[in-house]
Amino acid sequence: MNAPFFKYGLFNDEVSLIVAVIIGIGFGFFLERAGFGNARKLAAQFYFTDMTVLKVMFTAIVTAMLGVYFLSVIGFVDLSLVYLTPTFLWPQIVGGLLLGFGFVIGGYCPGTSCVSASTGRIDGWVYLIGIFAGVFAFGEMFPLMETFYNSTPMGQQTLSQLTGLPYGLLVFAVVVMALGAFMAAEWGEKVMAGKGRKTQ
Amino acid sequence: MTTHAVPQTGAHEHEAIASLRTPRPYMNPYLAGIGLGLVLLASFVIMGRGLGASGAFSTLVSVGVAKAAPEHAAANSFYSENLATDGNPLKDWLLFEVIGVFAGGFLSGVLSGRIKRTTEKGPNISVRGRLFFAFLGGGIMGFGAKLARGCTSGQALTGGALLNVGSWAFMMCVFAGAYALAYLMRREWQ
Repeated sequence: MNAPFFKYGLFNDEVSLIVAVIIGIGFGFFLERAGFGNARKLAAQFYFTDMTVLKVMFTAIVTAMLGVYFLSVIGFVDLSLVYLTPTFLWPQIVGGLLLGFGFVIGGYCPGTSCVSASTGRIDGWVYLIGIFAGVFAFGEMFPLMETFYNSTPMGQQTLSQLTGLPYGLLVFAVVVMALGAFMAAEWGEKVMAGKGRKTQ
Repeated sequence: MTTHAVPQTGAHEHEAIASLRTPRPYMNPYLAGIGLGLVLLASFVIMGRGLGASGAFSTLVSVGVAKAAPEHAAANSFYSENLATDGNPLKDWLLFEVIGVFAGGFLSGVLSGRIKRTTEKGPNISVRGRLFFAFLGGGIMGFGAKLARGCTSGQALTGGALLNVGSWAFMMCVFAGAYALAYLMRREWQ
């Protein structure tokens, strides 16, 4: 048996939508468990009082990255069949900055605002309405921005392809970087513990 | 031989109800991260794609615009691209995934007593003020996510784990943008 299962035709489009709901349930479940339904806990990341966002995000990235790496090395997962969003460098840099602004102003990102709304947070619902407005504004302005949106295309590109360094070495580097970030986060929280308090 | 059924005392029940009402502490962040990472890995292995969130909003907005003004939607390549599927554009993988996110968040919230109708904010801002910023932030995020071709889920988590060049550039910029504006927004949170 080879993976990705869907790409090998193990099930059809209709079944893939059921899979989507199940995967979504797992996603939402762990987001809520981590405390990401609460804007105060998310925003605390940007005041160094609670580094949960960094810890959860990088642990998730490292877990999935190691999994996909080993499963592809043993030949179980065909990585060329796993969808990679093409890189358009400048629009992604500008979009990333805007997302950062939106994160600290609104307190959520799209995924976490769904969890916030489903656990009763009114600010989560209002944030969702905001996303609709933002996407609509983008859609209406799209003809003006299409050139920028498609600028600096680099294709489907991984860090390994960009730098020429071996995939395994980059995986290892990300793990080391994450461990360093975790240690810094634990230390930072201890320092800030005297000044503020952790969000509950 | 007879067995006596011991009736459950009320105290036990009260305890159970109380534990449902008092929010439980959040999960250890590293364990939650491993859980999230395994869900993402499962998505790669089963579907050959990662997680997402903002794509569901593009679909809903595009379908809405097409309903209200079909010609306007057809003339705009952002809307028409989101509508270009064989059959129903609402049969969208990310839309179904996001429905699951709502359900999963609700399930976790129920299990840990965290379902509460409230507005999350710092002590120095009014509810109205907080909701204004929630709308504004959501709007900026929605716009930015479309420009970046994804959000924290589709780019940072998914692309991060696949060592996607654009995703890592994006992720650094999200943190840079948020930290750059944090001081200005401190009255909302602290």
